[in-house]
Amino acid sequence: MATKDRERSDVTTRKGLITGINAINGPVVKGSGMAEANVMELVYVSDERLAGEIINIDGDIATIQVYEDTTGLGPGVPIYRTGRPLSVELGPGLIGNVLDGIARPLNLIREKQGVFIGRGVQAETIDRSKKWTFAPQVKVGDAVVPGQVLGTIPETPILEHRIVVPQGVSGKISSIVPEGEYTVTEHVAEIETENGSETVTMLKEWPVRRTHPLQKRMKPSVPLITGQRVIDALFPLAKGGAAAIPGGFGAGKTVLQHQLASWSDADVIIYIGCGERGNEMTDVLNEFPKLKDPRSGRPLMERTILIANTSNMPVTARESSIYTGVTIGEYFRDMGYHVALMADSTSRWAEAVREIAGRLEEMPVEEGFPAYLPARLAEFYERAGYGEVGPERYGSITIIGAVSPPGGDFTEPVTQNTKRFIRTFWALDKRLAFARHFPAISWIDTYSEYIDEMAKWWKEEKKVDWRSLRQRMLSVLSRENELQKIVQIIGPDALPSDQRLILHVASLIKEGFLQQNAMDDIDRYSTPEKEFRMLDLIAKYEDRAEKLVQGGLPIYRIQEMKVNIKLLTMKQEVADDKLEELDAIEQEMNQEFDELEKSLVTSDEKKG
Amino acid sequence: MNGRRIHLGVARVSGPLVFVKGTENVSYGEIAEVVTSFGEVRRGRVLIIDGDTVAIQVFEGTSDFSSADTKVRFSGHSLTVKVSEEMLGRVFDGTGRPLDGAPPPISGEERDINGAAINPVSRVYPKNFIQTGISAIDGMNTLIRGQKVPIFSSSGLPHNRLAAQIVRQATIPGEESEFVIVFVAMGVKHDDAAYFEETFRESGALENVVMFLNLADDPSIERTITPRVALTVAEYLAFDRDKHVLVVMTDMTNYCEALREVATARGDVPTRKGYPGYLYSDLASLYERTGRVIGSEGSITQIPIVSMPNNDITHPVPDLTGYITEGQIVLDPKLHRQGIYPPIAVLPSLSRLMKDGIGEGFTREDHPNVANQLYGSYARVQQIRNIASIIGEEELSEVDKKYLKFGDFFEKHFLNQGDENRTIDETLDLGWKALELLPVEELSRLKKAQIEKYYKKGANDATP
Repeated sequence: MATKDRERSDVTTRKGLITGINAINGPVVKGSGMAEANVMELVYVSDERLAGEIINIDGDIATIQVYEDTTGLGPGVPIYRTGRPLSVELGPGLIGNVLDGIARPLNLIREKQGVFIGRGVQAETIDRSKKWTFAPQVKVGDAVVPGQVLGTIPETPILEHRIVVPQGVSGKISSIVPEGEYTVTEHVAEIETENGSETVTMLKEWPVRRTHPLQKRMKPSVPLITGQRVIDALFPLAKGGAAAIPGGFGAGKTVLQHQLASWSDADVIIYIGCGERGNEMTDVLNEFPKLKDPRSGRPLMERTILIANTSNMPVTARESSIYTGVTIGEYFRDMGYHVALMADSTSRWAEAVREIAGRLEEMPVEEGFPAYLPARLAEFYERAGYGEVGPERYGSITIIGAVSPPGGDFTEPVTQNTKRFIRTFWALDKRLAFARHFPAISWIDTYSEYIDEMAKWWKEEKKVDWRSLRQRMLSVLSRENELQKIVQIIGPDALPSDQRLILHVASLIKEGFLQQNAMDDIDRYSTPEKEFRMLDLIAKYEDRAEKLVQGGLPIYRIQEMKVNIKLLTMKQEVADDKLEELDAIEQEMNQEFDELEKSLVTSDEKKG
Repeated sequence: MNGRRIHLGVARVSGPLVFVKGTENVSYGEIAEVVTSFGEVRRGRVLIIDGDTVAIQVFEGTSDFSSADTKVRFSGHSLTVKVSEEMLGRVFDGTGRPLDGAPPPISGEERDINGAAINPVSRVYPKNFIQTGISAIDGMNTLIRGQKVPIFSSSGLPHNRLAAQIVRQATIPGEESEFVIVFVAMGVKHDDAAYFEETFRESGALENVVMFLNLADDPSIERTITPRVALTVAEYLAFDRDKHVLVVMTDMTNYCEALREVATARGDVPTRKGYPGYLYSDLASLYERTGRVIGSEGSITQIPIVSMPNNDITHPVPDLTGYITEGQIVLDPKLHRQGIYPPIAVLPSLSRLMKDGIGEGFTREDHPNVANQLYGSYARVQQIRNIASIIGEEELSEVDKKYLKFGDFFEKHFLNQGDENRTIDETLDLGWKALELLPVEELSRLKKAQIEKYYKKGANDATP
């Protein structure tokens, strides 16, 4: 396939298939003499070689979206065809890199152009001159199948880059290079197949808009552990699943995305800053080299790829940025890695789609969005998945998309259509954010459809009944939500004691468990074990308190218990590796309850 | 440019757009001069090219155009502005022509007003705290040098007074360098522009101010370029001349309305409230021209003023602004009616860059937690007030009554400060004074050591 593409592009250059612009409207230009061109073909516009992509053909007029500013172009300016689709280069050197929406390394652009991004910079994603240590994993004569590892490269101390047999290729190894230093364009292996021989280099080129399917899709069954308590313990996401984070501005979408990118137990993180703030990307660039991966203790940047197409960069490249990101994700997935991809924000991507549709004078449907918005969203989210990528090897892509609904209104088209294609919905609530309750994930509007699979995982891996504990906590929170409506009218003191106890326990859950401080060294990450123990402790607290209140103990005695503050602060006081301290808290709690029980009995005796 | 033809007659005039047929060698974004039937020269920009037909957006309006007599001359270049330090102390119109009677600056280089996007890897993350002397900002929504924070306001609220006060009082504690002000007026009233000029003069800062004035009765389409001209100058002063630039832009809603006017004339697909779908990208192309970059000592801090029609924060202009800027300062009509100045609604206000610019080594070690606690406690006050309005204050628990006291003190003393200029220490001490009205058990967001150090410090000092 790849070889064919290359040939075709050579032919076009030889023939010099050059055409000219005849109309311009913002980032959209029209070129004539394009009868031979293909939709989705990559073209270069003007002698500055601005990258563009054909999105429509009408007779011999092609409509092209240009990935850079079109100021200064005019009729007659040449358009150069390539005969190839818009693609991304893949190979060692991606990790730790910062790319723009069409996969140009931003550091390289800076070297060439300075502080600002000018036009027409040619910057290859993968460095051709750098040498990598390639260690073969097969020998001549070995039979190989798709997805099998041919050789490995230590790309970073925590990530081994694997060169695998391409999809659809199987046969015998006819040659393989010995361990040594090679550039990405050198041949490292040759496979003898039924249809001739296939040479393998470390450099690949994949079209970004085409899904690269899993060899065998499987049901997501393992949670993506994020260290965020409200997520892992109440509304989990499976590896290979898809989630959305909708929230108005100031609700904390970006901070949450940063937390997920920092602490998720994925092997590779792809973070797409899609139409967002420049300073936020700088923040990630500053923080990630300093933050340590909780599992390996190495800087997070050693497993992260950033794609930064900020709000002021070309809107067309914003549209392509999520495809660039997910294609890179598929590449690492096929090596047998678990990839987590964060897109912040998919609304900005949808707006880019809308803007281009508007320039094409397409019929708008809802809020100006084109009719194909849901189809595009589905295509993107369906590229998430868990499955087999080679013999006995599994990989996944988990997609987490932030959604920025205008006015914080979740009924708008992007939020509504996204909901159809994801299974975990973390709804951010502005009111929680105003009260500085972070993460501001509403426990009322949020849902996860992975509960059955995750319950199985907790049972098998952690040997605990997570499902009932979760259900119990959620029912306390939902009853509290109902009671709050009454409290608004009559005040809390007018409620009966058992209901006031629910309010009290709910506030322990909210402040002591759900609120999580991203700035606190201990609080910002919790293991599943700690999360379960914390909730279990709160459940035990409720059991004993309930009995006492039923027995006639005034509620204020429960509210004034000394152990309350311990339950509220265990999230930041008890480190993940010192969970025995929770035993001490439990003991203290039981003692205090014993004393309350005694006092209740004595007062009963007195009465009697 | 040789070979630049003069086109006599235009094919069609539609709102701010004129269509010219039979053009050659026109480029997208190019500046054109349009001469009216009466010989008046106006400027415009090429907005659409379709074969040999070109649509030009005319900045000064299309009155007095006729299809037969109007002449169009293409300049061969995009819109530029001449930038130099000579511009300081000067007043220009919305397209960069002098308004103060003096000749245009002689020296300087021509720069494209659209600028270019700052490469995200060339940015320096903003961290230096700007002391505005206003407690609600310094204490709880700290402004950082290189940040963009809009003021969300509505008619009748003192946003101009607040912006002027920030401009007057802004300092970096411990640094000598002063701010240079770029003031951008888009469709504002003569009185408002005069108010700002007066303020700058009074504070003796006039020679450090560049003003770009497009007033309410100036051509509205001109507003679409005014902020671009101004920001090009700001970028020059900050990144070429290493100055700290504070850009005040008012009023963004007028700017967006002008943009909508052009979009409607062009037939763009309307989205919410008729604004074009690219409003977000367009606003971002202004707001993102803020920050600090590697290799320069200077910075650009932006304070755009956004008036919210109907005081509706979900209106597209404040909504999209909030998605781009690094926080917002929201003014509240209710506080204003109570005579509180500045009437800043702290709960919906936010500073996204605050987390890295406050605390130990920046302001004071207790700052993050005090801010957090003030937020939490004041949010609780709102809930209790709601309950109290139904069941009556007498029915509230003792603790809740203390919250109400705290809320009153917070609004009357912490928020309400008039023209006082407070240091960050004064602000934080006042914050503690408010928190002292609450029982210590309620202060769960403060650290034990901080409570020991600051809580009831004032009271202890007073007792012999």
